[in-house]
Amino acid sequence: MTTVSEHVPKIVTSRIGLDQSYSIDTYLATGGYVALRKALTTMTPEAVASEVMTSNLLGRGGAGFEVGRKWSMLKNSPVRYLVVNGDESEPATFKDHMLIEGDPHQIVEGTIITAYAVGASRAFIFIRGEFALGLERVQAAINEAYRYGALGQNIFGSGFSLDLVLHPGAGAYICGEETSLIESLEGKRGYPRIKPPFFPAVIGLYGAPTIVNNVESMSNIPWIVNNGGAAFASLGVGRSTGTRIFALAGHVNRPGNYEVEMAKMTFRDLVDSPQYGGGMRLGRSVKAFIPGGVSAPWFGPEGLDIPLSQDDVAKAGSMLGSGSIVMMDDHTCMVRAAWRITKFFNRESCGQCTPCREGSGWIEKMMRRIENGGGREADLDLLLDACDNIAPGLSWPPAQTTICVLGPSIPSSVVAAIKMFRDEFLIHIKEGGCPYE
Amino acid sequence: MSGFSQIMRRRAESLVELYPERRSALIPLCHLAQEEAGYLSEDMMRDIADLVGVTPAEVYGTASFYDMLHTEPVGKYLVGVCTNIACLLQGGGELLEHAEEKLGVSPGGTTHDGVFTLEEVECVAHCDKAPAVQVNYRFFGPLTDETFDELIDDLSVGKYEGDVPSHGTLIRVHREVGIEVPMEEIVAQRRESDAAIASRKAALEAAKESK
Repeated sequence: MTTVSEHVPKIVTSRIGLDQSYSIDTYLATGGYVALRKALTTMTPEAVASEVMTSNLLGRGGAGFEVGRKWSMLKNSPVRYLVVNGDESEPATFKDHMLIEGDPHQIVEGTIITAYAVGASRAFIFIRGEFALGLERVQAAINEAYRYGALGQNIFGSGFSLDLVLHPGAGAYICGEETSLIESLEGKRGYPRIKPPFFPAVIGLYGAPTIVNNVESMSNIPWIVNNGGAAFASLGVGRSTGTRIFALAGHVNRPGNYEVEMAKMTFRDLVDSPQYGGGMRLGRSVKAFIPGGVSAPWFGPEGLDIPLSQDDVAKAGSMLGSGSIVMMDDHTCMVRAAWRITKFFNRESCGQCTPCREGSGWIEKMMRRIENGGGREADLDLLLDACDNIAPGLSWPPAQTTICVLGPSIPSSVVAAIKMFRDEFLIHIKEGGCPYE
Repeated sequence: MSGFSQIMRRRAESLVELYPERRSALIPLCHLAQEEAGYLSEDMMRDIADLVGVTPAEVYGTASFYDMLHTEPVGKYLVGVCTNIACLLQGGGELLEHAEEKLGVSPGGTTHDGVFTLEEVECVAHCDKAPAVQVNYRFFGPLTDETFDELIDDLSVGKYEGDVPSHGTLIRVHREVGIEVPMEEIVAQRRESDAAIASRKAALEAAKESK
């Protein structure tokens, strides 16, 4: 496989690293708001939507649904809303954080263009509450955009008007789920809504049809408008078009966010290339890795040769999810890693559905017991049984017993760890403790 | 204790106006309340309820869902040590143990002088700088036991007063624009931006050449 293609454009990270990359002066000096002017003054909303459909941009939040198709499902209505999801909380995912702090105008421009394409007259950017600096930068960008005439009444004399409001979260992983995010934006507890049949595109914010898109998805829109959907679709392979930011973390020499062409390189290329991960820390070998956020089932070293494509990873039994890759070397305790992930889900379960609320607690307690040396061999079957109660069949994609997908995400790491490293669990149980301490 | 000051109340009212429905401002107003009082006191919850048109019980019921909203007093500095997977792999668990020793409190606890509250936090999206710590939602990392101690000592003597403001996450977030910005302002900004763009372009070119 090719490792590095020089000709691949940086679509969403071109300004990251520039001095004051977040200011409107830098943004305008590097081609900012050209796409907005083009869209509003030379294209119809349908033409913009059509370019995005052609691009086959897959949503960059985690579910990977086609952005253009999502837009096309929006119900006709005099009032429609656009909500941008910047609540990035999937563990080990830190790409949106970088875009929010580093290039807020690109998100704002993508948002305005999207609002025009879907016919929204009011849009909200929901930013995770913990991103204090991000909140400052996005509000400053919105202030600058209004004064520049890119927001407010009659933008660039086109007749299109948009009010854009920044909304802070308050610390809840579940609010990244789009209906939970809508509830939170309405000033309520972040309880996901039951769907289908009424997705946000039909009944969303304040009961009106609503589009919820991720900030990285929005950041791609200006480039697509400037260069055309076909140019975007010419990058990547099959359904996985364009570029994507992969957030590489864990035991690599150079953890970081890397924007690469979709599907053109493998996990191994990304991890080993000196330009990206720079190989495993201390020259150690890969024991396992998480390919797409902690909701995703793990891969062993044999998974390293899978291309970074949504479909290839799905075929292998996991998902690209949020674009976060966590590398674990041969000195890692798999019980401890899986336990910590379960603890996270247990803490973040919103509590509406019994399998998720209770199941996550049971699994966390059993995992902790094993890690701390009080485990029993029968715990392994008990763990799998508890997991099966949350996601019957323990297959991938998981079956669902809960309102949202947080529940079925809980078993991913536990089941993977038991299947791949059963011996390691048994050593914990037999030796009465963690062999890695 | 009391509710919002005059100034904060005006800020709160301007936030309420941003939304088609008042209740949407509930969480932003909770952040303002924490900025002013350090936590959500009963008086603050009453004021918020009044401003967004719900009962104080609904404010409490909503706030109690969220990690960042505190219905009991917390320290001046919220020190959050991340122990989620990316940080765990780089020693976040051990760093938390060290933090407990250094501060003499367990997660959730506040030091006797009321300066620090220690929290074990979930992923703060700072994973390339693991193990990461947040102090009033400003990020630090990667930290060792030694650099963690330095950070705490520096905070104790007020060295970060400017960089780490109170834990109201909106403390430096100010919307300065209404839906209608006067046309003169827009024209002026465009004129200014033409000059600014030219100078930014030159600066970016120069930076590129010097590399």
